[in-house]
Amino acid sequence: MGMAAAAATESQQFHVLAVDDSLIDRKLIERLLRTSSYQVTTVDSGTKALEFLGLRENDDGTPNTPSISPNNHQEVEVNMVITDYCMPGMTGYDLLKKIKESSSLRNIPVVIMSSENVPSRISRCLEEGAEEFFLKPVRLSDLNRLKPHIMKRSKLKDQDQKQVIPEKIDTLLEVQKQHQPQEEAQPQVQPNLEQQQQQQSLQQNNNNNNSSNKRKSMEQSLLPETTDRTRPRYSGIATVV
Amino acid sequence: MDVLQLQRKLREHQAAMLREGFLDDQFSQLQKLQDESSPDFVIEVVKMFFDDSEKLLNNMTRALGQVPVDFKQVDAHVHQYKGSSASVGAARVKNVCATFRNFCETQNLEGCVRCLQQLQQEYSLLKNNLQYLFRLQEEIQAAGGSIPTIE
Repeated sequence: MGMAAAAATESQQFHVLAVDDSLIDRKLIERLLRTSSYQVTTVDSGTKALEFLGLRENDDGTPNTPSISPNNHQEVEVNMVITDYCMPGMTGYDLLKKIKESSSLRNIPVVIMSSENVPSRISRCLEEGAEEFFLKPVRLSDLNRLKPHIMKRSKLKDQDQKQVIPEKIDTLLEVQKQHQPQEEAQPQVQPNLEQQQQQQSLQQNNNNNNSSNKRKSMEQSLLPETTDRTRPRYSGIATVV
Repeated sequence: MDVLQLQRKLREHQAAMLREGFLDDQFSQLQKLQDESSPDFVIEVVKMFFDDSEKLLNNMTRALGQVPVDFKQVDAHVHQYKGSSASVGAARVKNVCATFRNFCETQNLEGCVRCLQQLQQEYSLLKNNLQYLFRLQEEIQAAGGSIPTIE
């Protein structure tokens, strides 16, 4: 699979690992992802997901651990993990944590899905490093929000991007909006800080609902964030549909 | 009956199922995912749902028959059923599950038993309606026609 660089713009090169204990939901997410031209592997538990990702139980984050273990699947590249939250045994949140705590896996973007709209659950997952949070049932239009994360990943691989707050808020608000009718389409945010600021002021001018003021106050209370986290953060952009 | 009449019947039946709340928009989303590369997607998902329904309804019946009732266990089955019904667009089933979960939370046995009966009824109605839908589709395809999609 050495075509990653050249094929950066083709989503069919991207391999998504989908985790869900429900057979029906696995079938659904698989179909959704395939329709969007992603390569898909489905597993029914967090444990199996970690096995597939080649994470050994005693992975303590030491860099460049040589792959002596016969169970190591590192040659199978996974570009994104999408997981259900509510699963018996290891929850989606537990899986997210394990991935983000692993030196070999923490760069993999993780998306959480849940049938329940619980704001504290959503923010907890985003805080732990999830890129997006989808409410079930997931739709094709939701998958559009994945594109920026996948595209950026192949461009920015080892680059450190510190500022992430704006898109987390976008995601939070987007999830809230999902269950409220939203008449106006918000302009798409570009993956560029300068343009991002332009967009935000544009949005605040055009936006006559409460969310822009809410966004502003949330930004002010959450910024700035000094991260003593060692994991790299991406200024992922949530595409508002 | 010719293809045009069959197609009209199918459209009307689908519209009625949506109108009466048997199905919601999620079912249309499933249809959108069906194409030449996955021509039986909807039927396959629905069949999975039927299997899931029967299994879960049995589980709920058994769980409610125990003494004492483990309401957490009952709720676990209902939660699962709520999820799968939402995923296929089975709106009425999903709504009964929501009520059922509330009764589990308040440990109201009578309420739970009533909900279980309602679920069995809703599932039965839905199954009949969907099987009729698929039969119409089969007839149309056999006659060389195409399946109209729900708008």
